[in-house]
Amino acid sequence: MSTPRTIIEKIWDEHVVRRQAGEPDLLYIDLHLVHEVTSPQAFESLRLNGRKVRRPDLTLATVDHNVPTSDRSLPNPDPLSTTQIDTMRMNCKEFGVPLWDIFDLRQGIVHIISPEHGLTQPGMTIVCGDSHTSTHGAFGSLAFGIGTSEVEHVLATQTLPQSTPKTLAVEVTGTLQHGVTAKDIALAVIRQIGVDGGIGSVIEYRGEAIRNLSMEGRMTVCNMTIEGGARAGLVAPDETTFAYLRGREFAPKGEAWERAIEHWKALATDEGATFDRTVTLRGEEIEPHVTWGTTPAQSVGITGAVPRPEDAATSSARETAERSLKYMDLKAGTPIQDIAIDRVFIGSCTNGRIEDLRAAAGMIGGRKVASTVQAMVVPGSGPVKVQAEAEGLDVIFKDAGFDWREPGCSMCLGMNPDILLPGERCASTSNRNFEGRQGAGGRTHLVSPEMAAAAAIAGHFVDVRSWSA
Amino acid sequence: MKQVEQVTGNAIPLNRADVDTDQIIPKQFLKRIERSGFGEFAFFDWKKDPAFITNDERYKGAPILLAQQNFGCGSSREHAVWAIEDMGVTAVIAPSFGDIFRTNCSKVGLVTVQLPQEDIDFLMARAEELPGGQIVVDVATQSVSVPGTGWSRPFEIDPFVKYRLLNGLDDVGLTLQYVDAIGEFEAKRDDLKPNTEAAFKSPAKYPG
Repeated sequence: MSTPRTIIEKIWDEHVVRRQAGEPDLLYIDLHLVHEVTSPQAFESLRLNGRKVRRPDLTLATVDHNVPTSDRSLPNPDPLSTTQIDTMRMNCKEFGVPLWDIFDLRQGIVHIISPEHGLTQPGMTIVCGDSHTSTHGAFGSLAFGIGTSEVEHVLATQTLPQSTPKTLAVEVTGTLQHGVTAKDIALAVIRQIGVDGGIGSVIEYRGEAIRNLSMEGRMTVCNMTIEGGARAGLVAPDETTFAYLRGREFAPKGEAWERAIEHWKALATDEGATFDRTVTLRGEEIEPHVTWGTTPAQSVGITGAVPRPEDAATSSARETAERSLKYMDLKAGTPIQDIAIDRVFIGSCTNGRIEDLRAAAGMIGGRKVASTVQAMVVPGSGPVKVQAEAEGLDVIFKDAGFDWREPGCSMCLGMNPDILLPGERCASTSNRNFEGRQGAGGRTHLVSPEMAAAAAIAGHFVDVRSWSA
Repeated sequence: MKQVEQVTGNAIPLNRADVDTDQIIPKQFLKRIERSGFGEFAFFDWKKDPAFITNDERYKGAPILLAQQNFGCGSSREHAVWAIEDMGVTAVIAPSFGDIFRTNCSKVGLVTVQLPQEDIDFLMARAEELPGGQIVVDVATQSVSVPGTGWSRPFEIDPFVKYRLLNGLDDVGLTLQYVDAIGEFEAKRDDLKPNTEAAFKSPAKYPG
């Protein structure tokens, strides 16, 4: 019998085009997702070198990072982003790449649109010039973010040279408490391993708490893999995965579906396969999390307080914590529930899917957004927006005083007009609380959609486990 | 890609951990469609503080950047590498790097050198005391040294990255030598894998 392998090794081995001692493996890429911000220089270089896109039929482009989320029948207020969007259109036309453009119903955040159309499938290699490409790992695919030089490389060759990663098993056991979500798992994992704990590794998320997540929840967990330093994270496909994919536009049909399922089932990590490292968390112990600092590892449970820098394990962690508290304008010892907020952002590739919007809307219970808070909801894609409107979620949000917007990355990174003003404090369902991420001088606290919606109403953080909607 | 054999000069001591690529190049500068000219926007928000290290004239034009752990974490934006390169830096020395940042560096010819924390502490303290103090990063011999002191440390580098650095070889050109192997792989590829041809289907208009 052959040596037991992890799912990571199995997918890897299936995609090796060329292996040579002393060189990285050359891996075939099954799907390349492209967006307007990290691709212009790659296309330009192809043009300068007289090269073509090798497989436009394994490539899909959209515009998401800097599109306005306001009324799209009006002119784009930002001439620079207009140029970038126009460049995307021109490049797609010239190189024959399909583009889901701004007025296409299918437009949306690149990591939301591919799964929702069934294009992201188990066992694939998927790349995109965006670090949150790890999202697609939820389906049991090996998916990772790349830089613009690599975008060019994939466009020209449909391959990437890659050095073999280490394997890291992250096991979340048990059952989550009511009110605790996939986002809280992600924050708890990063808090435990640190923002650099996953460097050089690919993570397989395992355990009962992961198995019990919906596909959308798994996407949330895999999405934030990069915030723990690992380039890719995945979950082995199972009945939840197959049920999600069945009948979606790009999923195999009929006899092909049966063959696909057989192949996908065989991807799971073999009994006896070993990981370079294993980390275990107890699901029932995870609280709703809130970040207090400027790295995604700087988080604490909702019943906790802002920690004291002097309690940090190393001098470097202490200095980082001191800088974070200064930037965040927080005092050590302040109970998290006493922190008042000015803004709420619900959306992003982390938490901009339909289940996230349902969960957030479910917290409102006829109440209004606090008078001191400005709150916005940005659906992750056109289909998410249409579905939410069919369910009346937009009305629930609007009646409560939330702003209901058009799809895009929006205030997750503030490349469009949706930004925080200096000093504003935001409860955000996005993935990064870096300094200035949501706007220069803005202060970000990462939370789940439930926590964000409840905070919008209360005006400060609250424990959603005891919140009645 | 730029050919790099050796980098000699003074170093900018950026004594901070977990410096993310949002700090190296904030999002408002990602809207440019060119590859050059990012240097003046490097560390844009931090540079507003006159005491920030890159504002110190004595480090202007230094070819080496010293940083702390997990340098270049976060977003995949290669613009961060272009910005550092455009500042005149050719080598970055740190205890660890963000994976995507490090790969991006290897594609454009920015040398990343990983050294143990105690060596970083030594170099950092020295660069703070002696702003003009020279450091030599030698790619061929895989060593970092401080001339005249006898201090020298070996460093690990991926052999293929080293080969490309020493020869200034472009990755795409190298891979295109194996275009036949790619074709053979494609011929045997699983027919169940999806393609995006149906994505060309005439778009449903949005909104409504």
